[in-house]
Amino acid sequence: MKTSKSEVSVQANAREARVKADRPAETKANNIFQLDGEDVPFTPGQTIMQAATANGTYIPHLCWHPDFSAHGSCKLCTVKVNGHFGSSCTIEAQPGMEVENRTMELDDKRRTLLQMLFVEGNHFCPSCEKSGNCTLQATAYELNMMSPHFDMFYPDRPVDASHPDILLDFNRCIMCALCVAASRDVDGKNIFAMGGRGLLGRRVHISSESGKLADTDFAATDRAASICPVGVILPKRKGFAIPIGQRTYDLAPISRQVKKATP
Amino acid sequence: MSDTEMIDAVVDRHHGDGTRLMQILRETQEQLGWLSPATLTRIAQAIAWPRAWVEGTADFYSFFHTRPMGRYRVLWSDNITDRMLGSTDLMQAMCKKLWLEPGRVSEDGLVSVDTTSCTGMCDQGPAVLVNYQAITRMTPSRVAEMVGLIRGETPVADWPAEWFAVDDNIRRKDMLLAHDLVPGQALGAALERGGDRMLAEIKDARLRGRGGAGFGTGQKWEACRNAPGHGAGAAHYVVCNADEGEPGTFKDRVLLTSYADLVFEGMSIAGLVVGARKGMLYLRGEYRYLLEALESALATRRAANLLGSNILGSAFEFDIEIHLGAGAYICGEESALIESLEGKPGRPRIRPPFPVTRGYLDQPTTVNNVETLAASCLIAAHGSEWYAQHGTEKSTGSKLLSVSGDCERPGIYEYPYGVTVRQVLEDCGASDCQAVQISGPSGICVAEGEFDRRIAFEDIPTAGAFMVFDETRDMFEVARNFAHFFAHESCGFCTPCRVGTTLVRNLMDKIARQHGSPYDIDELFKLHRLMQGASHCGLGNSACNPIFDTLNKFRPAYERRLMSLDYEPAFDLDAALSQARQMTGRDDAGAHLQNEAET
Repeated sequence: MKTSKSEVSVQANAREARVKADRPAETKANNIFQLDGEDVPFTPGQTIMQAATANGTYIPHLCWHPDFSAHGSCKLCTVKVNGHFGSSCTIEAQPGMEVENRTMELDDKRRTLLQMLFVEGNHFCPSCEKSGNCTLQATAYELNMMSPHFDMFYPDRPVDASHPDILLDFNRCIMCALCVAASRDVDGKNIFAMGGRGLLGRRVHISSESGKLADTDFAATDRAASICPVGVILPKRKGFAIPIGQRTYDLAPISRQVKKATP
Repeated sequence: MSDTEMIDAVVDRHHGDGTRLMQILRETQEQLGWLSPATLTRIAQAIAWPRAWVEGTADFYSFFHTRPMGRYRVLWSDNITDRMLGSTDLMQAMCKKLWLEPGRVSEDGLVSVDTTSCTGMCDQGPAVLVNYQAITRMTPSRVAEMVGLIRGETPVADWPAEWFAVDDNIRRKDMLLAHDLVPGQALGAALERGGDRMLAEIKDARLRGRGGAGFGTGQKWEACRNAPGHGAGAAHYVVCNADEGEPGTFKDRVLLTSYADLVFEGMSIAGLVVGARKGMLYLRGEYRYLLEALESALATRRAANLLGSNILGSAFEFDIEIHLGAGAYICGEESALIESLEGKPGRPRIRPPFPVTRGYLDQPTTVNNVETLAASCLIAAHGSEWYAQHGTEKSTGSKLLSVSGDCERPGIYEYPYGVTVRQVLEDCGASDCQAVQISGPSGICVAEGEFDRRIAFEDIPTAGAFMVFDETRDMFEVARNFAHFFAHESCGFCTPCRVGTTLVRNLMDKIARQHGSPYDIDELFKLHRLMQGASHCGLGNSACNPIFDTLNKFRPAYERRLMSLDYEPAFDLDAALSQARQMTGRDDAGAHLQNEAET
């Protein structure tokens, strides 16, 4: 199996840029790259995604979260760096990089990736408690996804209602692994792990012999309980507390909710 | 011994080390038949890992079973070359005789029959794995006899020995296969030179990786050598990538069967150069049958002071371990291979950092192909000047080709780089050749007009597969077989590859059912463009190559299956009513739907 040419050249560019960055003559003012023609400042070591977010600029993404290390799996944040495709959540920003983000070409690809995620699982937005607060749904609106396009897979994904306070509905899982990261890095419990292979095999494992959440020490107060960007991990006995129409992404599109970091 | 005691004994043998989970799972399964929930819990406790991690590894690999799979597990190699030799009919016949559906375990828990990705026996197929032991040259009579042995519950160890014979089929030797080195000769020469000068020789010889990508071996070793180790476990590692999973490739199998000393010696030379004391050979699970012979070759080398400490009287210390994979093509990707060596699912890492700086256990690691390491021995023994005289300017030395498919003499052919496709076809006795798939499904499909192209990094780079298709073959079916392969082998990490490979497979199946339209061809191109740019690793990036190539070069093979409409639904409206008709006992005109086009 080969490393693709574009991958290699992105890496080569990154290396070149890093060499340049090491030069003593470089000053802070030079730590700027171009994102869709706009100057974006960065601190060395930041990824394109981190720098853009701090700048208040939206790059579509699902599996990336500012509190955790990049997973790099959803590929929604694919950008073109000096003409080559790459994930903005894993590529370090370098001075002078020219990054394409919201171009028609890239948004087309992102729309297809979203459609893939929609047909891969079972997503019924109208009946979902997460509707309006869901990153997947909000991103689909942002990118004008009008239909699932592909045939639905209708996978068989059982619901786990065993836990007294939490419901797990894996029908909506997009394999972002944020619950894995939160349980591991914040809660120190390692209750979730990504397992399986391929389209039908890929799933979240729960760390108990029964495979049930009730047989773990998971708590509703865990960071992992509130990290899910879609409607897999939901609190029980609490539904539609905020009416549809007044929820996060009902108020403004996801692209306008990136808060510029205060220096 | 109870199951628990048995599991504990296995884990103890591996010092309770979780990074050895792959070996722990395999050895446990070899004794217990499958990995039950209780078994996984026990293993997780014994290695002090979260249970979900252990389960995540266990259900990633095709050869680990978290459900009972029968006392006899028959897996038919499903490469296109096996199919061309009749594997589909033979497997069907076997299932019929056993009253089995493919993939299902028989009611009495005795046997299951299924397919598996290419087992690397393309020159002597159709091949099967029975309880992970390789059997070649299946025939109708072997099928009948095998069914009898399974029904009679004869242990696999007592089956006819000739069934397990695997031939080298070396058809053409050149500088590597005709080498005249004795064990220790190349390593001795390397030790005499020292690491620095040995590295310079490798660079001067312009040796490039034989796994297909052709990265400079000297550059890789140098980067690894120069990278500092990290933390308390600071060390450097050498890994030999013997996860030869690219369908149609079997040259590493032959090198490991008859040239193991050369491979181990190459690993030792790499160890000397990069400053490693430990090497690991990652052997694909399909080659499980080679394990004992390789272990004994290592023991012989230890006894001869070619491994261990004070090697050949020097201060150099180096030893080699063998790690067995468990059926996952993706582990041929070097960072996925390293994950697997660490006991995890074989998921390619985010790069950079590259393995040369942060690889196995986060330490500098060089991962090299079996053939590359063997070739390094020639450079050590004969010098770079001699070596670089062979091959071409940018591709020095020789290349082993695994030739299979429609030819009189399938097997291993070694040529200096620069040989034309036509020359290889002539030598292997291929007549009426329509196309050659070079370097496997992720490589390129070469049509007749291109047979004067050359095997070299300047023109056609290859990991070694060379599958020949004559005029009678349907290139659409070839591409469809490859589409199924990628959908099966996608690790599932990134969206474009996880979902895209299955969408491509389904589109190819739709076209095969004669429900396709030009719209579906456009969809294939669209998926190709998406997956090629957005995928996480080489698998997704190259998964559509065979479709792209065959669509461009053999378009009539697709078009004769298409309906001439712009859009055609994936299902037959009338056929969808067949169940309802059956249930109601109706078959009159009113119980049938007519397609719009017909009304």
